[in-house]
Amino acid sequence: MNLMLAPVPAGPSLADFGKDPLWISIIKAVFIFVFLLLSVMFGVWMERKLISRMQNRYGPNRAGKFGLLQSVADAVKMGLKEDLLPRTVDKVLYTVAPIILVVPAFMAFSIIPFGPMVSMFGVETPLQLTDLPVAVLFVLAMASIGVYGIVLMGWSSRSPYAVLGGLRSSAQVVSYEIAMGLSFVGVFLFAGTLSTSEIVAAQADGGTWEIAGLSIPLPSWYVVLLIPSFLIYAITMLGETNRVPFDLPEGEGELVGGYQTEYSSSLKFALIQMGEYVNVFTVSAVSITLFFGGWRAPWPISMWDGANVGWWPMLWFFIKLVLVFSCFIWVRASLPRIRYDQLMAFGWKVLIPLNLAWIMLVATVRAFRVEDANRGVIFTLAAIVLIGCFGIWFRFDTVLQRRRENRAAEVEAEFEQLRDEPEAGGFPVPPLDLPHYHGADRKEVPSGSN
Amino acid sequence: MGETITFWVLAVVSVSAALGLVLSRRAVYCALMLGVVMLSLAVLYAVQDAPFLAAVQIVVYTGAVMMLFLFVLMLVGVDSSDSLVETIKGQRFWAIVAGAGFAVLLGLAVGNAVLSPPAGLLGATQTAGGNVPALAQLIFTRHVFAFEVASALLITAALAAMVLTHRERLTEKPTQRALARARFLTGGSVVLPGPGVYARHNANDMPALLPDGSVSELSVNRVIARHDVEDERFPDDPKLAEAIKQAVEEESK
Repeated sequence: MNLMLAPVPAGPSLADFGKDPLWISIIKAVFIFVFLLLSVMFGVWMERKLISRMQNRYGPNRAGKFGLLQSVADAVKMGLKEDLLPRTVDKVLYTVAPIILVVPAFMAFSIIPFGPMVSMFGVETPLQLTDLPVAVLFVLAMASIGVYGIVLMGWSSRSPYAVLGGLRSSAQVVSYEIAMGLSFVGVFLFAGTLSTSEIVAAQADGGTWEIAGLSIPLPSWYVVLLIPSFLIYAITMLGETNRVPFDLPEGEGELVGGYQTEYSSSLKFALIQMGEYVNVFTVSAVSITLFFGGWRAPWPISMWDGANVGWWPMLWFFIKLVLVFSCFIWVRASLPRIRYDQLMAFGWKVLIPLNLAWIMLVATVRAFRVEDANRGVIFTLAAIVLIGCFGIWFRFDTVLQRRRENRAAEVEAEFEQLRDEPEAGGFPVPPLDLPHYHGADRKEVPSGSN
Repeated sequence: MGETITFWVLAVVSVSAALGLVLSRRAVYCALMLGVVMLSLAVLYAVQDAPFLAAVQIVVYTGAVMMLFLFVLMLVGVDSSDSLVETIKGQRFWAIVAGAGFAVLLGLAVGNAVLSPPAGLLGATQTAGGNVPALAQLIFTRHVFAFEVASALLITAALAAMVLTHRERLTEKPTQRALARARFLTGGSVVLPGPGVYARHNANDMPALLPDGSVSELSVNRVIARHDVEDERFPDDPKLAEAIKQAVEEESK
């Protein structure tokens, strides 16, 4: 029995979509809606519970078994509270902004594949609401509409904290969206398509790489094959959803609540929370679809023939979703918030250039694998680029090295001078004759003498 | 059928949004109306079998360009309204001329589309195997030069904007270490007490002050005070000396 290459049933492709009767589409849409609503409730509970275990406390444990009904209680409370409308806000936008945040978050989930073809009330249909030739771009598009909600929340609140939070958030999301879009490019190059169902199908079987007569089986999940892309995506998905360590738009220490400062704990606030959680689930689901083989079972399970057919894959998808979401919580429990200039510098000066270099590398490898490629041209171009890169690196490395040495010499000279003139203060330690009421000649009070 | 319904619904939405864009006095509302127009356009593209164009329209125009506009408008201020003074001479006349010219162009384009037989997308997309591959093939083969030139132009513009607004730093930015060294070298004290505290020192042997400037007996360090009483070394400040004695007396009771 061949353990590595079990027979792979073909998943649905683009051609399988657009054939559903209307009522099937309605069932799927309602399912996604209900699923996301329940996920938000469960997600809030799970986040509070897990992070409290990580911080050595119990977390919610009053409402229901294990505190499971805590989210229900919170939701009921938010529904029953008075909906405050501050007098100076821009009433129209203040009301509309949370809706603008939530609706695209839900819409982005419509292209997430939950499973393969199943028979639903006698109709053969893929477990996915719809698919587009540009499905992954659709997720990016929905994310960029969602930012409007955040920006407008900040602007319409007419409060400095809210405006600053909104501005920060929009700048952050727009910048990290570029790095995010670039981290998809490697996947597109390997899968050869932008449709989510076909990307999942492309990860069913890694294929082999014929090199020098040997055939090396390639891993099928893109997380292994394209690990730099995945790492960059993992960072950008934290930035894109305003989560720790990139949650500066709502940094409590400096901005109170950021863009949601003026929203009291009413239904509007509930909408904002829901939008944020749904965004987290969306980016998690996209990471699963693009890098973790989508609904396909991981290796030991995939040896079972029935693992990737019927309704079972939905379970694998949910398990993966819970695991990715747990990583969000883990990150939140482990990392401190970074500074805003560090955030921007990291996005623009590290993530994007790294991504571009990695895309060049991936494209070169892909070019080698094209059947009738002119290898000579590719080799020459690659050599030129490599030599150029080394030249630039060498040049800047020597410049930086010289600069570092100059700086070190400067510091050394300053220390020399300080050593020679004790009256200049010597090394920076507090002076001994600070204006305490004893003066400098007071004898020390040894410890343990009382 | 679906296309027709979508068109008429979006026609109403986008035309009213466009009117709102022109007629609204609030800059942020204008920007939002423009966003609605762009979104309607994107949906129209999607309905007309151009999904890639639709997605790019939303990502680039609605997501990036409009967000930039909105950003600037929000920074400008909440209640700033347009100045209605006409600064260009003969502004209205030339605006009418340009408008008429645009109307003629629009009429010709629509007439061309209505009168000539439709070519259809199928022929263009089927040979390449889909909408996205067909676009990619054209962009990276036939139009690759124009594409690269356009991107070079954009990069040049971005670089120019950065160079023109760049301000050279004359002195190096002081690091935290340099600041600390400078503070100690100029004889400044150690860390000062936090805000909202009456004390002027945060040393262990300096008691806190009450709002009227007198010493708070509660804050006299009993350990140090006992040594002071034993050695009979009191500070010059009589109030502080009194406080130290009292502290030791109270403890010995």
